[in-house]
Amino acid sequence: MQTEPRSTDADMASTGFLNDDVHEGDHASSSIQAVMINRPRSELYAFWREFRNLPLFMANVRSVSSDGRDWVIAGPGGMDVELETEIVEDRPGEKIAWRSTEAADVDHEGWVEFRDNAFGRGTEVRVMISYDPLAGAVGKLVAKVMQREPRIQARRELRRFKQLMETGEVSTSQAPGAAPRG
Amino acid sequence: MRALTWHGKHDVRVDTVPDPEIVNPRDAIIKITATAICGSDLHLYDSVIPAMHRGDILGHEFMGEVVEVGRGSTSLRVGQKVVVPFVIACGQCFFCGKEQYSACDNSNPADKSDASEVAYGYPAAGLFGYSHLTGGYAGGQAEYARIPYSDFGPIVVPDGIEDERVLFLSDIFPTGWMAAENAGIEPGDTVVVWGCGPVGLFTIKSAIHMGAARVIAIDHHPRRLALAKQNGAEVLNYHEVKVLEALKEMTAGIGPDACIDAVGMEAHGFAPDNVIDAVKQETKLGTDRQHVLREAIMACRKGGRISMPGVYGGIGDKLPIGAFMQKGLTLKTGQTHVQKYLPKLLELVMDGQIDTTDLISHRLPLEEAATAYKNFHDNPNEWTKVVLKP
Ligand SMILES: NC(=O)c1ccc[n+]([C@@H]2O[C@H](COP(=O)([O-])OP(=O)(O)OC[C@H]3O[C@@H](n4cnc5c(N)ncnc54)[C@H](O)[C@@H]3O)[C@@H](O)[C@H]2O)c1
Ligand SMILES: [Zn+2]
Ligand SMILES: [Zn+2]
Repeated sequence: MQTEPRSTDADMASTGFLNDDVHEGDHASSSIQAVMINRPRSELYAFWREFRNLPLFMANVRSVSSDGRDWVIAGPGGMDVELETEIVEDRPGEKIAWRSTEAADVDHEGWVEFRDNAFGRGTEVRVMISYDPLAGAVGKLVAKVMQREPRIQARRELRRFKQLMETGEVSTSQAPGAAPRG
Repeated sequence: MRALTWHGKHDVRVDTVPDPEIVNPRDAIIKITATAICGSDLHLYDSVIPAMHRGDILGHEFMGEVVEVGRGSTSLRVGQKVVVPFVIACGQCFFCGKEQYSACDNSNPADKSDASEVAYGYPAAGLFGYSHLTGGYAGGQAEYARIPYSDFGPIVVPDGIEDERVLFLSDIFPTGWMAAENAGIEPGDTVVVWGCGPVGLFTIKSAIHMGAARVIAIDHHPRRLALAKQNGAEVLNYHEVKVLEALKEMTAGIGPDACIDAVGMEAHGFAPDNVIDAVKQETKLGTDRQHVLREAIMACRKGGRISMPGVYGGIGDKLPIGAFMQKGLTLKTGQTHVQKYLPKLLELVMDGQIDTTDLISHRLPLEEAATAYKNFHDNPNEWTKVVLKP
């Protein structure tokens, strides 16, 4: 039996984690996030456009087909959720936009844009992710798996993308190396 | 392996935990040969830094022998002896490009950076063994540690050199050095250092090396003051004198040119401001005890400089912001950009120009780490610096 709190994380509890003050796009829940990446624009676009790379930095995406159409998202208890998407815009070196098809359980759209920073600091990458978390039971599940908040999800995915592009790896402090908990 | 783990306020234990493994290509594993307890660890021990989890391995001052390298770690070889900076930095981001390594944008894992982004506006860099705000990385008060970006951070030290001479390159030597550098010392300057703990002592050594005309050190522990004196400082015991008056008198009314807060968020003091701060800190409002910072701002001469290596984590109030503005002061601070200083400081150690071992009071096996924490915390007069051997 444990009386002491297992961590002091609660001290950090803040409405900032449940931030929903940014709305963009057509859906109930959406977010734009931006990150500066210290690599050439063409290289970043090419890596993203190779859709099979996406699971390398999108934590909950298990696989994406090479045409960017079929997404498999990891669910709790090893359950997979499939998502069908179409690429609605593809401007080499600049922008890729996608949207869920009629067949998909989750109403979802997004884009990623690559721009040279005018002051030589690298490439500005902006991502918009938008979806309706209330579109059916599967949608709710996906929303949960995607860490509920598209803003947090997009922010974390962009951070991982930046880490991978700049350092060649996604930083982690996960066990092993951590002590047993509790 | 065995490691010192955090379980709550004033509760740390040496436990058996899983060995670290190579996770990322640029990782290395080192077998730790020496590690130290830092004043910063006392902030965790006192539980005034949030986002700690039970079982976290502490320790950010450590060195050892490389026993395994990932395929992407091209510069290290098994068998080399390395000292590891407490700041984890990738070497490739915008901030690393500016040598602002403690601001590295990549070393704090994505799932750990939300908290510091909320608390500080932008995510903090990763640090070893220093809460999940700064990455949740397992620390080095252990037999082994995993070193991310091992091809960039650790500095290889020459064969045969005693661990104790180079161990403090991991933190307190560069921290004291940067604190002195941030004070912008000019010829003829009087520099005041609050706190004669390990950081204060290295600040004194560095300030004198950089040519300060006069260094005045403040504390109340006789042994710590004696060490400061032995290193060339004039000393003030804040239990015996009124600090502001003494400094004014010693500088004939001009005031010190640079004031360095090497104490941080757990400053002691009996002034009413500090008592209020202590109550707030105890009640977890996250208000830092900033008695020393206030005193430094008041004591500093007009147009002078404040340097603040002392760690603060939360929110402060009642800063004499008017005095700060009206006197035209400058403030510099930050977690140390350790990597930036290592080649130069290793050279100073090798040349014998800076004594890096005089502050060590106790050497203990890692198994006795919990006792060492207790003593370093409860009896700082005699326990000036502890080195642990796994
Ligand atoms: N900036 C960095 O990167 C960095 C790195 C290491 C340590 N630190 C910080 O530096 C600070 C000092 O570290 P340390 O290892 O020397 O700690 P320490 O706890 O051993 O020493 C602090 C000293 O300050 C003295 N002190 C307390 N109140 C005082 C007051 N009102 N006036 C004068 N002296 C006072 C104490 O008696 C003690 O000797 C801590 O806050 C630590 O977290 C910062
Ligand atoms: Zn330290
Ligand atoms: Zn970096």
